[in-house]
Amino acid sequence: MDTGRKPGPKILTYVLLGFWAITTIYPFVWVLLNSFRKKGLIISDSFSLPLGEAFTWDNYLTAWERSDFKNAYLNSFLISGTVTVAVVILAGLAAYGLVRYRFPGRGLLYSLIMAGMMFPVFSTIIPVFRMEAVMGLAGTGNRWLSLLAVILPQIAGNLCFAIIILMGFIQSVPIELEESAYLDGCNVFQIYFHIIIPAAKSSFATVAIFAFLWSYNDLFTQSFFLRYPQERAITGLLNEISSQAGVNYGLMAASVVLVVIPVLIVYICLQKHIIKGLTAGAVKG
Amino acid sequence: MSSMIYKKKSPLILFLVPAFLFLLVYLYYPFFQNIINTFMKIGGLGRAAEGLNEPWYENYQRLRTDPYMRTALKNTLLLTVCTVVFQVGIALILALLVDTIRVGAQFFRTVYFFPIVISATALGLMFNLIFLYKGGMVNQLLLSMGKLPTEVKASGKVLVQWLDWKDQSHFLFTMLMPVMWQYVGFYFVILITGLNNISPDLYEAAALDGADGWKRTRYITLPLLRNVLCTCLVLAITGALKVFDLPWVMFGAGMPENMSWLTGTYMYDQTFNKMNVDYGSTIAVLIVVLGVILSNVANRIFRPSEDL
Repeated sequence: MDTGRKPGPKILTYVLLGFWAITTIYPFVWVLLNSFRKKGLIISDSFSLPLGEAFTWDNYLTAWERSDFKNAYLNSFLISGTVTVAVVILAGLAAYGLVRYRFPGRGLLYSLIMAGMMFPVFSTIIPVFRMEAVMGLAGTGNRWLSLLAVILPQIAGNLCFAIIILMGFIQSVPIELEESAYLDGCNVFQIYFHIIIPAAKSSFATVAIFAFLWSYNDLFTQSFFLRYPQERAITGLLNEISSQAGVNYGLMAASVVLVVIPVLIVYICLQKHIIKGLTAGAVKG
Repeated sequence: MSSMIYKKKSPLILFLVPAFLFLLVYLYYPFFQNIINTFMKIGGLGRAAEGLNEPWYENYQRLRTDPYMRTALKNTLLLTVCTVVFQVGIALILALLVDTIRVGAQFFRTVYFFPIVISATALGLMFNLIFLYKGGMVNQLLLSMGKLPTEVKASGKVLVQWLDWKDQSHFLFTMLMPVMWQYVGFYFVILITGLNNISPDLYEAAALDGADGWKRTRYITLPLLRNVLCTCLVLAITGALKVFDLPWVMFGAGMPENMSWLTGTYMYDQTFNKMNVDYGSTIAVLIVVLGVILSNVANRIFRPSEDL
């Protein structure tokens, strides 16, 4: 696509892009460095490398001892994993049905989904809490029930966005593929699993990733339903640390790193998949 | 163009019913129940309503006169404007730039998107450290550049007048900046996807006609990106109204002096901490109304071309 342009603008392009990249990376590097720095030194000399005298593991030891990171990770992954799987399955089926079928009420359903995107979690949380309290899910103190109490509204909260995104991609799958499969004797479900899902694979990945992240990062819903220590998920745990750590800045930095590192690893593994999906485009030739 | 495969409608039930059942129970029903709740007296979270408020529109009256609510609205609107201008603006510039390069494009995509994967709670903690009063990253930078007034005491001790980034004259910047910063990558990825969907043939045809660089951007890229841009705007507006975690971790209950409330944090505080559950529902209704109005305005301005 690039038709050999002058080098001048190109350098400027890289400078601008590089600048934004630094603003994204450097804060994390700064926190990482300071999580290894001895108490007290952070506020006087936070830019140097924490070597020799200044180096310490203490912040991590304190963080791991004081807070139940292991349990919080388990809770977070249980919640977000379930939400992701459910959203991908439900949204995929619904999007396929809405794109390919013509039926009365289709426009209405589409508007309902668009409207659903406008419903912030604030506007549903109180009745959902009441409903789940009546159902015996919320506020019981039982860890698994509480996790389920978070999972269900989070699935609903992510569905509308997921359906809209998937509709866009399924539309771009050429219908000829499905017609030839049909002539070969496939039924609609076989077409869905063997044609649509492989063709729109990248968009399914995108939707899954967003659903996972939004669920994982959602402090609001979690703080309504997860109120006992053993139920706490990662964001809740961090929120607690931030209110308890006081002036122990090293502990705060170490806690941030403990939360960011696993996500970073998962992200680096997955990003190839995301970016391949985003750039290749679902169907090109 | 419905193909003959899709003439038989019965499988449709299996496709649509599970998702819509979920939406009905966990989205539409609570949404309407929430509107009803605004007229009720509710003693606590998870409790049944005790009857109508006296008068029934009491909460709306309160909404109109509550000075903190006014602050929250002002801050939220400011946040929305900043989101649209800076988040989508910066994302668009970055996307257009990345689209012109080949080497390193993947790197930039990966890096820009990264803050979105991190929980806003962790980012809130991180920015608390960065904007720390005594010796935070920003203040240390300013000090090393000689931008902070210092005073050398007789004992040889250096007294620095640190800049309080969370005080009354700086809190807006400190609150808005991290939110902007985090989500630029999100719109960047959506826009880049849109750019990649533009057929290279169009650019080739344009190049044959002698259009290049800025002209190419102006007459091919931007018009074809319009639908995607409109999506971004609507997402940005509704997203701005949903902001909660970062400000909550950084500023808590309206610090300083009840000046930093946002509609989201105020709703949470009223519902969860003050146990004014019915008033919390009313704030939530207001958030929805704002979202509908603002995104309609955005749609009016950047109406996407018709194709469902």
